[in-house]
Amino acid sequence: MYRYDEFDHRLVAERVQQFRGQVGRRLSGELSEEEFRPLRLMNGLYLQLHAYMLRIAIPYGTLSARQLRMLATIARRYDKGYGHFTTRQNLQFNWVKLAEVPDLLADLARVEMHAMQTSGNCIRNVTADHLAGVAADEIEDSRIWAEIIRQWSTLHPEFSFLPRKFKVAVTGSPRDRAAIAVHDIGIRVVRNGAGEVGFAILVGGGQGRTPVIGTWIRDFLPRAELLNYLEAILRVYNLLGRRDNLYKARIKILVNAVGADAFRAMVEAEWATIRGGALALPEAEIARIRAYFAPPAYRALPTVDLASAVRDARDPAFAAWARTNVHPHKVAGYAAVTVSLKPHGGVPGDMTAEQMDALADLAERFSFGEIRATHEQNLVLADVEQAALPDLWRALGAAGLATANAGLLTDIICCPGLDYCNLANARSIPISQRIGQRFDDLARLHDIGPLKIKISGCINACGHHHVGHIGILGVEKHGAEAYQVSLGGSGDENAALGEIVGPSFSADAVVDAVETIVATYVGTRTADETFLDTYRRVGLKPFKEALYAAH
Amino acid sequence: MTANRLSDGAVVYFDAAGGWSLNFAEAATVSDRVAAEALLDRAMPAVKARLIIEPYLMEVALDTDGWRPTRERERIRAAGPTVRRDLGKQAEGFGFKG
Ligand code: SF4
Repeated sequence: MYRYDEFDHRLVAERVQQFRGQVGRRLSGELSEEEFRPLRLMNGLYLQLHAYMLRIAIPYGTLSARQLRMLATIARRYDKGYGHFTTRQNLQFNWVKLAEVPDLLADLARVEMHAMQTSGNCIRNVTADHLAGVAADEIEDSRIWAEIIRQWSTLHPEFSFLPRKFKVAVTGSPRDRAAIAVHDIGIRVVRNGAGEVGFAILVGGGQGRTPVIGTWIRDFLPRAELLNYLEAILRVYNLLGRRDNLYKARIKILVNAVGADAFRAMVEAEWATIRGGALALPEAEIARIRAYFAPPAYRALPTVDLASAVRDARDPAFAAWARTNVHPHKVAGYAAVTVSLKPHGGVPGDMTAEQMDALADLAERFSFGEIRATHEQNLVLADVEQAALPDLWRALGAAGLATANAGLLTDIICCPGLDYCNLANARSIPISQRIGQRFDDLARLHDIGPLKIKISGCINACGHHHVGHIGILGVEKHGAEAYQVSLGGSGDENAALGEIVGPSFSADAVVDAVETIVATYVGTRTADETFLDTYRRVGLKPFKEALYAAH
Repeated sequence: MTANRLSDGAVVYFDAAGGWSLNFAEAATVSDRVAAEALLDRAMPAVKARLIIEPYLMEVALDTDGWRPTRERERIRAAGPTVRRDLGKQAEGFGFKG
């Protein structure tokens, strides 16, 4: 994985020192809250309902065992013994004390981590496919490009004060596991007719108040031109993006206002002026970054057909887990494993310090000491020998990390909502917990099959509800929590926005509504149809009728 | 009137003695707009003294158990996360109940 060079070390160390001074000046009264707020936000420090929250960047979701152990230490030393993995491959601590944050950041810097680009109107921490480097369908490891973008964007002087926050995601595969279509810029590694590797570029996707599926503005961008082209997009946005209205400041609004063709033309014109210029990537530089993501020392193992191995497994509980949580790997004899952070009745994405330590050990024992965070709030061990899967499964189980539900109905994306978040309208975690309890029967879950529920506690949509197969949005209605349900969203390569089914449900009724939706699907599906297939075939109507029949 | 403590972000309430309490039960209440606005002025010394940040007024209503925040948000701030009853005010013995 990527290791800091001298420049990174110095940069992060300087930032910690700088922030230590700023916190000191805030506590001594030299800085007012108005002056301090932007400074703390630049370092990932938010004020939430009960305490300060620190959001730590995990670039493209990749962590070493050593880093995860440090996060466990921090959870114990500065927080209340746990952390929360977010939908942007970051980690949040919910209970940090202002005066202790500089020490915390210094500890973090010892393992080459920081909290920059996790807040504010800058280019945020770049996200990538959690199966980067191991997915069988991959053209190239997306993390190479995410790292190149990170180096360019970190403290880019021109882009530290954008009209709004700016999110970039990269996938190296035709399958999109990074939800690139709902990012400000989505990048897909592609091969052109001549067999050259380059990028397809999508802009103007986003969630929040005005959800938009991004528009492709370039089918093929030569590799060397990636940063020049991104620079061109950012310049057009920086110049024309609206700064007068918070709700209209994202690039999606600009693309929509001027039209995709006009936007593309402006970007291409800007690009023409810098093409081949200072930001063109020399092959040697690409190779230097690629070397950081060189594959680990795989053993030569016989090819095993994963699906049949799972079928033949004698322990049904292991087989159930392997069916959903184990994924094919491009190297013979290996597999990638989803470590579920979605125990039924638990808090999606939460992990205790003990679990972090345990998983760090398991990563070292089974997966070359590396852990990935997914945007679906799970973790991944990407390089596990297939023969070791049963041992790993038992060890994960002992740590409460082996829920056999990856990709199933209870593998819910869920934002912190009103239990923690200052912006929330309604709680989201209790809804996910009650859904988890209601659908606790594993056989039933596996029969229902792939179904993504995503829950946000307000219109900011951190819980990705717009792209949930079932999306749930918390709203406040006459002072009470209520939930708006949408269906048919999808965040993958066939991205779609969900359609709202109708009037919102009370907190008590929303779990029943999910039950009704599932029953309607099960009663309507043909043999191999997934929920989304059925929805796309029959549309909203039968679901709507079932949900509101009694009214 | 409520705010967050500068040092750790903890939720605090302006109390009858003019200090800031962690306990919602000790919050001072007023019953009209004018008195409420006057209350906000009284937060300024604590802001200047770097004790609290972001003071604001919150609405409460009287029911059989006493004063109760009208919004769910404030009930949760007064108690702690509903999904972690072992954390926050409720775990420290003075969490708002109900
Ligand atoms: S969606 Fe809203 S409630 Fe949920 S974390 Fe984001 S801002 Fe907070």
